[in-house]
Amino acid sequence: MKLMSTLTPAKDRRVVALAKRLHLSKAVVNVILALVAVFWLVPTISLLVISLRPEALFGQSGWWKVFTAPSQLTWGNYATIFSQGFTSGGVLDSLVTSLEITIPVTILVALISSLAAYSLVFGSWRGRDMIFLVIVGLMVVPLQVALIPVVQLYREMGNLFGLNPYGTIPGVIIFHVAFGLPFGIFLMRNFLTGIPKDLLEAGRIEGAGEWKIFYRIVLPLALPAIASLAIFQFIWVWNDLLVALVFLGGNVHTPLTIFLYDQTRSLAANYWIVSTGAVVSIFVPLIVFFSFQRYFVRGVLAGAVK
Amino acid sequence: MTSIVAGDPRVAPAKASRRRGWWRRNWVSLAFLAPGIIWLLAIVVYPTIATIRFSFYDETATKYVGLHNYASVFSTDAILTAFKNNIIWVLVFPFFVTFIGLMVAVLTERIRWATAFKTIIVMPIVFSTTASALVWRTIFDLDPHIGVVNAIEQTVSDWFRAPGAYPLNSAIGQTAASLASFNATGGSGGSVISKSAVHPGDTVMMGLTRISSVTLQTLGAQTPVAPQKMKGGIAGLVWNDFSPMQTSNTTTIVSDEHGLPNLRLSLVSSTGTSVASTVTNSSGGFSFSHVAPGSYHVEIVGSNFQTAFLGTFWLGSQSLTPVNGLNQTAQSLLSVPLIDLAMIISYIWIWAGFAMVLIGAGLAAINREVLEAAEIDGATDWQKLRRVTIPMLAPVLTVVFVTMVINVLKVFDIILNMAPGSSQGPATTLALSIYNDGFTGGIHSGVASAIAVILFLLVVPAMLWNLRKIKG
Repeated sequence: MKLMSTLTPAKDRRVVALAKRLHLSKAVVNVILALVAVFWLVPTISLLVISLRPEALFGQSGWWKVFTAPSQLTWGNYATIFSQGFTSGGVLDSLVTSLEITIPVTILVALISSLAAYSLVFGSWRGRDMIFLVIVGLMVVPLQVALIPVVQLYREMGNLFGLNPYGTIPGVIIFHVAFGLPFGIFLMRNFLTGIPKDLLEAGRIEGAGEWKIFYRIVLPLALPAIASLAIFQFIWVWNDLLVALVFLGGNVHTPLTIFLYDQTRSLAANYWIVSTGAVVSIFVPLIVFFSFQRYFVRGVLAGAVK
Repeated sequence: MTSIVAGDPRVAPAKASRRRGWWRRNWVSLAFLAPGIIWLLAIVVYPTIATIRFSFYDETATKYVGLHNYASVFSTDAILTAFKNNIIWVLVFPFFVTFIGLMVAVLTERIRWATAFKTIIVMPIVFSTTASALVWRTIFDLDPHIGVVNAIEQTVSDWFRAPGAYPLNSAIGQTAASLASFNATGGSGGSVISKSAVHPGDTVMMGLTRISSVTLQTLGAQTPVAPQKMKGGIAGLVWNDFSPMQTSNTTTIVSDEHGLPNLRLSLVSSTGTSVASTVTNSSGGFSFSHVAPGSYHVEIVGSNFQTAFLGTFWLGSQSLTPVNGLNQTAQSLLSVPLIDLAMIISYIWIWAGFAMVLIGAGLAAINREVLEAAEIDGATDWQKLRRVTIPMLAPVLTVVFVTMVINVLKVFDIILNMAPGSSQGPATTLALSIYNDGFTGGIHSGVASAIAVILFLLVVPAMLWNLRKIKG
């Protein structure tokens, strides 16, 4: 009663009255959370069911009718997608394009961030902390700010070297890597500062070069952080629409997000492909998520600011 | 070896060799840092400066125009709409997502299936906003055969006011009276009533028009049959008094006309009270037997024409605030389009898991002893939450809140994918305006850059605040 008596009496009485009403038994909590869980599952289930029903039934009856008529379920839509194969403009082609963008970005960000963080933590030159602060400061730049000049920059590259990354997959990759680095360096540096310098000294005494120390000693130790960074980066890039739209809008091969966006414009006409494509698009990050859930949560916690 | 350092010639070689020593010691370390630095300078630092410069130049970045682009940002209705929508997002979304994240994080501590529950809530974060937007677009679809929200609304609405067999088309402002044709006129309560009085032993015929052939087909309407007189009763017919063959004949039955089945009728006495009721058969015929002597009217009751459930256009731009009579600019600033609400709900679905994970981590770090002490002191759940948990969580809650503010300042994908064409304009945001102004229909750098700079300036304080908090 001590805690309650420290409250002001009038407010206290109201709070107690409210508290009595709000005292939640375990059963009530379970019921509330079960309802929340159902609410959270409905969209995902609806997407799955729509993709598993024939196109003709869409708009004729709601997807929830499937619970009374399970015979409506069919793999037909998926069969169609796979029979189309990797022809450009198809779902599988977009799936490959998404991978072609996401995997290089993830590897590059993880590698370049680790190298830079290694340099910032274990280098012996002055001004390292200053540079780190500037890099962290770059996290505030919204990528929208850089789009137009980078398009221009790409064109200049085309004029000067005959290599214009605009409209190509490397163009998208270059942009994504740049905007993945500040967070990547931030995360990796924070992790590497926890590695004792003695370990590196041991390597140096045995005559190992910096690269070897980085590769053989530091990288294996930093794997958990790299995993968090890689998963975060993978999902971030996999789900990007804006950068791909700007740099890859008119391309024949588009990532899944653009594929879905293009299909939406004629939503009613081909919803089977939208739903099926959406399931394919969420399938990959879901696998990544369930395989590395622990690292993902850690990445979310570390990347809260992004 | 040539010295670039002026001064004492004896010092110079020492300095140079020191510098060479520095390079030798540090070149590997600097080489490790170089790719990251070059990348950031080329694709983040330089473009940011270039955008600031572009914002003072014309659309092709050739002529200096001063603050002209900024002036047009604040005088263009479409961009003001974007500001308005960003404000709505910032005011509504971060609060609710933090609140829900907190509630869910606190409650999950008490259940056994917390892991499964957390997984369910977190899952949408890994979906692309594009895919999530498409899912929610169907959930909020106007058609109750597609959208589950409207399907629920329809079910509830039908409990309270079931649609009649002959629903009026309210979209074109149809009324029951406008259907009346032969011997019929509009009555009270949206009904249709016979013009002539009728007495027991008489027959009565009433004609309606403008009944859709689809309705007739669904109801299985048959060819009308002229009513036969019956002793002590009233026999009659209600039919669709329209023949495509003889459009001018509006008084008698024509062979290709249809009776109107399933109409609920009421026999109204001269005092205006209903004395009997019946329903028409498949050829539109009806009868009231054992009618007391007197003068009556036959009424086709209003419920027959009850309009069908129309659905809520969740994805539409109709405003939740009254904006009638305001000028264009005031409308763009004051309207709250319904789709904003639908999109915010969808976005909460996506991001609540993020809030829950962060707040959950904060909860785990709370000193259990304080909570236990409060419990021993007799604090209830609500008091523990309100007086202990929330104050101790305040730093985490603000980080979540500010992160969500930054997030919705940049909100883009969900609008592009969830809003149908007609709602794109009313639902636009700053990030979407940058894309639309800058990249659709060629590259235009002026106004888009000015919006980008403004967005940057809005994000920076929140971001710096957050970074400071996270660094401790």
